[in-house]
Amino acid sequence: MSLIEEQFTVSLSVNGTTRPVTVPARRLLSDAIRHDLELTGTHVGCEHGVCGACTVLLDGAPVRSCLMFAVQAEGHAITTVEGLADANGRLHPVQEAFRDCHGLQCGFCTPGFLTTIAAALEEYEPGADVSDEEAREIVGGNLCRCTGYQNIVKAVGRAQEIRTERAGRADGDAATSAGR
Amino acid sequence: MKPPPFGYAAPCTLEETLGLLAELGHDAKVLAGGQSLIPLLSMRLTAPHTLVDINRIPGLGGISITPKGSVVVGALVRHAELLADESAHSANPLLRRATSQVAHPAIRNRGTTCGSVAHADPSGEMTAILAITGGSVRVASAGGGQRDVSATDFFLGPLESSLRPDELAVSVRFGAPAARTGSAFLELARRRGDYAMCGAAVTVTLDEDGAVSDVRAAYLSVGPVPEVHDLSAAVTGQPYASADWVAAGALAASLVDPEGDLHASADYRRRLVAVLTERALAQAAADAVARTQEAASCL
Repeated sequence: MSLIEEQFTVSLSVNGTTRPVTVPARRLLSDAIRHDLELTGTHVGCEHGVCGACTVLLDGAPVRSCLMFAVQAEGHAITTVEGLADANGRLHPVQEAFRDCHGLQCGFCTPGFLTTIAAALEEYEPGADVSDEEAREIVGGNLCRCTGYQNIVKAVGRAQEIRTERAGRADGDAATSAGR
Repeated sequence: MKPPPFGYAAPCTLEETLGLLAELGHDAKVLAGGQSLIPLLSMRLTAPHTLVDINRIPGLGGISITPKGSVVVGALVRHAELLADESAHSANPLLRRATSQVAHPAIRNRGTTCGSVAHADPSGEMTAILAITGGSVRVASAGGGQRDVSATDFFLGPLESSLRPDELAVSVRFGAPAARTGSAFLELARRRGDYAMCGAAVTVTLDEDGAVSDVRAAYLSVGPVPEVHDLSAAVTGQPYASADWVAAGALAASLVDPEGDLHASADYRRRLVAVLTERALAQAAADAVARTQEAASCL
């Protein structure tokens, strides 16, 4: 192995923006996101896949960004916690629910919970019920040392309520504009 | 917790990959899902010279069912894909029962079933499932050669398989369940999704009169390799509804030789073998009845 590591230039598509980064092969995706792209919303906890803090969405599905290399991410669409709110800055239902339910304290683990729950709720139609047991299953792979999880579980249910409310409002808007 | 430096190759064809593996030999390590390999790198428990990333090779994905009902899973199939696959589930429900217990969704979205088998971790769910279904691993090497290695011959020890450095595991085949056979999978971990302290994959086969005719079990986190134990002697000929599953669990506990570690003592693991076996066999027997009735209603 030579002293100077070979560098690879990779196009990373994160939150709808594609930017090139030049990294050694061993650069973890989590580090590329934080250090090369300076998107520090993604937090790094254990760096071996246990804690879930670094979870991002890869083509919509949650993955540990510490268990992927940046060079492997070319051609995939990555969503980080910064990409959850909509273009107008309105919080994602899961973010709003965490605020409503006091689902975070120190906030270190929160980005991983938000991305994980946001992806999991896509499996549910608005209006569908998410039981507490299902909520626990959804967040089972993420560690939080502050909250004791109770308010996070509540936030999952609340997020689904907000999705339902927003869907109802969108339907109402559509009906109003159709009636005009 | 950063991986050591390594060379990186991401070939786009199988031929190129096999050529690289032949050339690099022991210096190369195959990277598929990376959910076991990357932690090992980050903890500096391994330091391969070059990682050969197979994720860009077309044709290594896909799940297919053979005419005899085996489920063949390509090297790039993620656990999540196998978990969701209805044809695999109807061919062998044991696959979904076990895959749903593999770590967490975020790990299952990236980790591959074939890679999990190739990793040969005795605490891995899919190694036990490959063993109890009498499955095999298809391995390819440069020059176009392919061979099928049975589960029995594949697993040599903890994290050790008979896969040679120049070979790539291109698919795994999980064997089809026999007629009138039910299955169950149970594991116990300290926290959901953690490595199990003990897990049991079992099958129960009934005869035409509903009596138990064959009982098998494979365990995780109990021995160096996923051995399959024949527990038939404890319960053969007994009606399924009143079979002495406790005796079968006791027989299983006498056949295994677990080691203790930080997470569970050897005695505790042996006790878990007895208890999980007893519970799983009762479930598997009920499953056998359900599947037999289902098969009859299809005729």
